[in-house]
Amino acid sequence: MEDLTYTAILGRVIAQFLPVWIALVVTFAVSIAFKRRLGLYGKLFDSPVGMIGFGIVMFWVFTALLADHIITFDPYLQISGMKNKPMGTVLANAAEGQYSHFLFGGDHLARDVFSRMVMGAREVLKIAPAATLFAFMVGITLGLPAGYFGGRLDTGLSFLANLVLAFPVILLFYLLVTPEIRQTGIPVVLAALLFLFPIIFLTVLLNARFFTDPMKRNLYVGAVLIIGAWAYSGLAFNADPLGVWTMSPNMLNVFVSVVFVNAPTVFRIVRGIVMDLKSRDYVAAGQTRGEGPWYIMLWEILPNARGPLIVDFCLRIGYTTILLGTLGFFGLGVAPDSPDWGSTIDDGRKTLSMFPHAALVPALALMSLVLGLNLLADGLREESLRD
Amino acid sequence: MLIFILRRLGLMLLTAFVLTFIVFYLTNLPPNLEKLARSEGSVRMTDESVAAWIEQNGHGGSVLLRYGQWLGVVPGWTRVDDKGVPRGRCFAAGTDPTAAPRYCGILQGNWGHSTFFRGPVLPNLAEKLSATGWLMLWVMIVMIPSSLIIGVVAGMREGSRTDRVLSTFSIATTATPEYVSGVILVALLASPVTGLSPLLADWGLIEGKVLFQGAASPDRITFWSFTLPVMTIALYGIGYIARMTRASMTEVMTAQYIRTARLKGASFRQVVLKHALRNALIAPFTVIMLQFPWLLNGVVIVETLFNYKGFGWTLVQAAGNNDINLLLGCSVVAVFVVLVTQLISDIGYVFLNPRIRLS
Repeated sequence: MEDLTYTAILGRVIAQFLPVWIALVVTFAVSIAFKRRLGLYGKLFDSPVGMIGFGIVMFWVFTALLADHIITFDPYLQISGMKNKPMGTVLANAAEGQYSHFLFGGDHLARDVFSRMVMGAREVLKIAPAATLFAFMVGITLGLPAGYFGGRLDTGLSFLANLVLAFPVILLFYLLVTPEIRQTGIPVVLAALLFLFPIIFLTVLLNARFFTDPMKRNLYVGAVLIIGAWAYSGLAFNADPLGVWTMSPNMLNVFVSVVFVNAPTVFRIVRGIVMDLKSRDYVAAGQTRGEGPWYIMLWEILPNARGPLIVDFCLRIGYTTILLGTLGFFGLGVAPDSPDWGSTIDDGRKTLSMFPHAALVPALALMSLVLGLNLLADGLREESLRD
Repeated sequence: MLIFILRRLGLMLLTAFVLTFIVFYLTNLPPNLEKLARSEGSVRMTDESVAAWIEQNGHGGSVLLRYGQWLGVVPGWTRVDDKGVPRGRCFAAGTDPTAAPRYCGILQGNWGHSTFFRGPVLPNLAEKLSATGWLMLWVMIVMIPSSLIIGVVAGMREGSRTDRVLSTFSIATTATPEYVSGVILVALLASPVTGLSPLLADWGLIEGKVLFQGAASPDRITFWSFTLPVMTIALYGIGYIARMTRASMTEVMTAQYIRTARLKGASFRQVVLKHALRNALIAPFTVIMLQFPWLLNGVVIVETLFNYKGFGWTLVQAAGNNDINLLLGCSVVAVFVVLVTQLISDIGYVFLNPRIRLS
């Protein structure tokens, strides 16, 4: 057995991603076949930019889901003699059933860079979309009334949002994501506060629509409250009696900080859109019919604001990915041997000029994911402006 | 206009107080103080002696009072320790307490003692800030003209091939955070084993092993050592500002008065330079100003990556070594920079835009 050439590495990497290619082909075939019936999502397949972006994003999503079938080694496994080895190095004495090469070389602790990159996708995609979703819930729940009612409420909330935005992000991370702050319980308090918003949002949303039909209302709102309280107890306080919802203190700290940093920007966007939309005729019509303010906000204004919000959601997942990478890069809040992209870039940069592959591989992975999200957002913007 | 500026100033001061209080509170949390006690006193201190150390060194009592002392609006603490030596915030142990001033906070210019630099915070911080100032100066010189040119050229003829190429470039750079572009640039241009450098060295075109240096120092600012850090910070900003400039340029190019200018026979060149440019550059001005907080992030990342001992590097060291006074000093500077640029952008927007200024 010999070391691989770059062409051979490329071939083997493509082969290793086989499950992802199959999943991608199926997704694209089904979506293009039914694209006229799929609304905005279907229209995405009319724009080449959007399709490229969607393809890259789905590539990483499938990689994260199918990571167990793609990796060639355990991402934490150290193999002696493979320290800092270049791309395509053959294993000195591979055991039976073990993969024969380090496709993207070894890092400074003799672990497989390829497998760590694949597992890193899972680490990143586990947090980024969920954190963005929570930030949107907080931003929408506060931004709607601020824009719709205006006045004191708006002044107060805007002041708070600007306060958070005036913090340089890195300083905030250095203050909020530390082992010391975990001792004081501030992350749990923040989590208790921020995790309330999705429950409030869904409760108000359903109540505003169905309060004229108490039977239905009680069923829906009751379900939301029960499931919400269950998830809330597990995620915020790690006190879920059944143990389904849990989050490690490290992860909670990172998650809460990222939501906290993102929410004010979403708040400002939502507030701006609502102030623009509230002078429209259909809002006046709703008011004349005697609809309540929350019904108008959530069921008249919000659906009409969905275009810019969906676009911003895609962009913001990319931004959150960058923020998570920043946290990893400074070694904040993640386990030291975690394979997430930020930490691996940080590990690799110490040997950057002699062995660049260890930092370069996760760096390119992170860049491609964010680029894919930006292209997807661009495609969505183009298509949503068309109608 | 004056009332507007005064109101903005008042709001800014209020924000500054609230923000510095939050930073003070978060840096002075009990676990941080315990860590400080153990690193300044001894690692094997019992819990009681840690509590005593905290009390002795003026870190006890209410947070609000300590914040007031740090700010310089509450008299500094004085105490006589168990050996009978008077100690206090405003004088060194053993000197005459009556000669010392009553107030000594950052308002009086006393930013405290840094455990990391083993000296006063203010001169050290000022030195690091000037190092970062040089870096930022070059970033601005590179970033602003190139991003404005890219944005104007792309937005001049919307949908053309130039526009497509430049827009793709802008999207790609905004998708590349500093720690990624820095790694790529170093691997490409400053590594003796990969990228361009080994090729160039083989052909005998460069004398050393690498084309550009992968580390920078404020003492020796050369083209070869400064290019990579400056490009790393500038690239992210270029994409963002260029996109904003392009959006505002395309909007201006569809305006009525541009059509009028074209119809009266002005050349395309003249229309762009004389009629469109001035109006198209109002929005990017705000964006450039609001970009400062993000540049601050870039500075921290790049100074860590290239080991450039400036403000960002100091912030990382202060946080990593639990140097409370230094971290507070860094925060004050950071918050000040952000708020002042916000103020300039607000006032500048009103000033530059005749529609708002004259109404």
